[in-house]
Amino acid sequence: MSPTLQKSGSLRRRLLLQLLLAAALLSTFMYLSVRAVAEKAAEATHNNILGASATSIVEQLRSSNGEIVVDIPYSAFSMLGSISDDQVFYRIESDRETLTGYEDLPLPDATLEIDDPHYYTARYKSVVIRATAVRRVIPIAGKPKSVIVAVAQTRFGQDAIASGVANTAALLGVGFFILTGLLSWIATNNTVKPIRTVAEKITRRGPQDLRPLDHPVPQELQTLVDSLNGFIGRLRGTLRRTETFIADAAHHVRTPLAIVRTRAEIALRHAEGDDARQMLRSVIRAVDESSRSATQLLEHATVSYRSDQVSHETFDVSLMLQDVMGVHEATAELKDLVIHADVVQAVSLSGDRVLIESAVHNLLDNAIKYSEPDQHIDVTLQTDGADCLISICDLGRGLAGKSQADLTQRFERGSNVTDVVGSGLGLTIVEEVAHLHQGSFEILPRTGGGTCTSLRLPLSR
Amino acid sequence: MYKFTATIVAVILLSINLKARAFEIEDRKIFEAASVADAGSVTGIGLSELKIISSTDLNYFEPLVRQYQLQNPNVTVDYTVASTAEMFKAIHAEQQPFDLVISSAMDLQMKLVNDGFGKSYLSTQTAQLPSWAKWRDLLFAFSQEPAVVIASAKGMDDLSIPNNRQELITLLRENPDRFRGKIGTYDLRVSGAGYLFATQDVRQSDAFWRLAEVIGSLSPKLYCCSSNMIDDLESGELLLAYNVFGSYAAAGLSEQQDGQIVPMLDFTHLMLRTAMIPKYSDNHLNAGGFIDFLLSDSGKALLSSDAQLPPIQSEPVTESPHLQPIRLGPGLLVYLDQLKRKRFLEQWTDAMIR
Amino acid sequence: MRFLLIEDNSELAQSVSDRLKLDGHAVDIAGTLADASACLQGAEYDLMLLDIMLPDGDGVSFLAQHRATNNNTPVIATTARSAISDRVSVLDAGADDYITKPFDFAELEARVRAVLRRRGGVASNTFHYHGMVFNPLNATVSFDGTDFVLRNRELRLLEILVSTPERIFSKSHLYDRLFSYSEEPSDNAIEVYVGRLRKKLEGSQVLIETVRGLGYRITHK
Repeated sequence: MSPTLQKSGSLRRRLLLQLLLAAALLSTFMYLSVRAVAEKAAEATHNNILGASATSIVEQLRSSNGEIVVDIPYSAFSMLGSISDDQVFYRIESDRETLTGYEDLPLPDATLEIDDPHYYTARYKSVVIRATAVRRVIPIAGKPKSVIVAVAQTRFGQDAIASGVANTAALLGVGFFILTGLLSWIATNNTVKPIRTVAEKITRRGPQDLRPLDHPVPQELQTLVDSLNGFIGRLRGTLRRTETFIADAAHHVRTPLAIVRTRAEIALRHAEGDDARQMLRSVIRAVDESSRSATQLLEHATVSYRSDQVSHETFDVSLMLQDVMGVHEATAELKDLVIHADVVQAVSLSGDRVLIESAVHNLLDNAIKYSEPDQHIDVTLQTDGADCLISICDLGRGLAGKSQADLTQRFERGSNVTDVVGSGLGLTIVEEVAHLHQGSFEILPRTGGGTCTSLRLPLSR
Repeated sequence: MYKFTATIVAVILLSINLKARAFEIEDRKIFEAASVADAGSVTGIGLSELKIISSTDLNYFEPLVRQYQLQNPNVTVDYTVASTAEMFKAIHAEQQPFDLVISSAMDLQMKLVNDGFGKSYLSTQTAQLPSWAKWRDLLFAFSQEPAVVIASAKGMDDLSIPNNRQELITLLRENPDRFRGKIGTYDLRVSGAGYLFATQDVRQSDAFWRLAEVIGSLSPKLYCCSSNMIDDLESGELLLAYNVFGSYAAAGLSEQQDGQIVPMLDFTHLMLRTAMIPKYSDNHLNAGGFIDFLLSDSGKALLSSDAQLPPIQSEPVTESPHLQPIRLGPGLLVYLDQLKRKRFLEQWTDAMIR
Repeated sequence: MRFLLIEDNSELAQSVSDRLKLDGHAVDIAGTLADASACLQGAEYDLMLLDIMLPDGDGVSFLAQHRATNNNTPVIATTARSAISDRVSVLDAGADDYITKPFDFAELEARVRAVLRRRGGVASNTFHYHGMVFNPLNATVSFDGTDFVLRNRELRLLEILVSTPERIFSKSHLYDRLFSYSEEPSDNAIEVYVGRLRKKLEGSQVLIETVRGLGYRITHK
């Protein structure tokens, strides 16, 4: 029924993916920058402490009896121990001669400014160390002498800080990603929501509802809704033209038929002689037959047209049935037929009222047509579980051995009805209506003569 | 047959395990694995060795080694006793193949691990140590021994007992005749422990130099070891000894009535006896096991009863603020600096020896 | 009865009017809704036949407007369309009934009667003949204070006969008017209904006479 469109990806998924990608990039960026900043900060702190340590040693450089003496303050090393349990190395050198400390501790290649700590990274005892070197010139025996104090520390503590920071940053990044992911999901849903709302509004519409869509939509959807409204407008126009055409066609056929029939009746009133009367009667019969065929052809067209778009309104079947019986009261009366109604009150059914009424109309019309004068017709409505059952039984001439399958063929009529006006479409219409509502239709001979037709329809779908 | 093989293996191991050595040892004993001593109970295959070099006398440690071997019957323990300086030389300069270095010289132990000679070790026992009792996972303390002042009760009978260094200075200044020649303390030039205590005192308070001045003016006797000071105090040669190992004092004084420990409430340093595993140790797992044993409940019990070394306890430290463990850390390296040491000893000699 | 026939096809209008006049009704024809409004203002009608497709507007809205101005003239809508939805909208707008063109005048008559009956009837529409009172709307015939209910075909037969008393109606004439053109009743069908009617009129002054070879007529004792 509805054609399957080839999907070109999901807008929602695309949006979500892009937002998630952005979130992932931002999270990674955040992770890296937090890490970089923290590591820089940790290194700066480390440098400062190394610098302070070296400087505090430099402050203790003295000359005594032509010799350099240095009284390393306890705090110089203990301050290094206070931030981490890292190994400490130092070297005090003058004129390429180590005065004290670790003789093989590497010194920077660069020329050192006086009293300006120089920071560098090196390998010592097969581990990476961070080191600082400070140069000071002190006078020894009246001559200035350059002394370099280097203090170094392994980086285990710093590495531990860095990995701690990295973990925190990673956790932060992951948390940020989850949060932004969640927000992205919400945002995407909110963004896509208007599209879904519009779609739902259109889906929920009945087949006759061809009003333009006036639901407020975001600017981006306006074009879509505009063209949709344009399409609906054109569809409405086409449908109206079709309906008008059908109505006009009926009108154009029926009006001349009505003139002919009326004139024939008048003529018949005045006619003398049985031949003339017989001829006029056959004219009237022919007109009636044409009119009826036209009616049922159009009705069948309506049923076929509606089969694509069965509307679902909830209505009371008992009231509808009484309506239809009221319409047929006059025609039944003409044959002195009595319609007995045994109708359960207030049976609510969801379906296409026009189609169901058309089916009942056809069944009752048949019952009246094929009844003999002074007979009666029984119309019953009962509920049976989730279904309702409409039966119309007459005492007429019956089916003459024809099966239901035969009778519901298009343009197929009973073999015993050539004397009665009919098109052979009525039962076809009934059967189609039953199918469209997932119901069933049954036509059976009535015991003791006559026919029973029953239409079974589910009350809701 | 098994025993024979095991013995041969042990002999071979012992004969090759020490390099031509320059450091001096004071004592050595090999405690053969119990499984070798017991007839054929275990094959030689599971046997291994643990070579300990220690500054602690053999008789203190023997019960510990025996207990350890009860729990580890396959381990042969080779226990070598040396002075702290010789031990340092053995590891730092000669890289002798020892598995565990146990020393009371915190500064030298610190320098060993700082210079990268330590092998890290982590166990549930070491993890439970208070933070001041270990340095990284390289150096572990297993006993805490205060540096105390001991005095002769008889000689001090009519004098007020000093509670801190200021009072001690005052006491000595007011009674110079009584104390002249009757004060003992470490000769920092020969005793590493003495040097450590002195430098920590200096770090803590200026009172040390004033005290040194006063003691120096009273013709003090200088000692290499705590036990000698305790003996001389007991024999009446000394009235007062400054910075004596509290553990030895408690052990040496407990039976006699005369000597008594005078607590210094301004501060009392706790010297930590530490163990470290050399990085080139072949039996580092045994060494770690021995450390765990020292820190275990049975090890602690033996330490305090047989070795007379107070095991690591954080309660006394937190409850008595004057008890201050000497901090393990690079600060200890400062006083090992040659220039610093030279200067310090000069200053000390100036004050002490007239 | 007076009809207002609103029908834009003049030929159809004329023939319907002619046909209704045959049964003795008066008919005014309006070709547009404007004409219809004019007619409604100038005269009273028993019934309005309204074509719902007219050149100057939709019959349904005219009907709704008509009902809104409280005009109670009964309306039967005529339509050349047959969609059932049309029927619903026409009845919703206030039509009393509807009939699809082309229509059987017998059916129209039956519907008119049903509508008028529902509406409470037209007083003048009774026949008096020698003590017999015939009310086709209620389908009753009464004499000597007794009411008899007629069935539809008895009623129509009596209606035809009583419209021109004493006149002889041929069997084929009655046949044409009594039976639908799609029916082929048996040869003695007329006799059956005449017989029934006679039975109901037994005891009255009125009788239905068989004129051998010519037909039937109503007369009195």
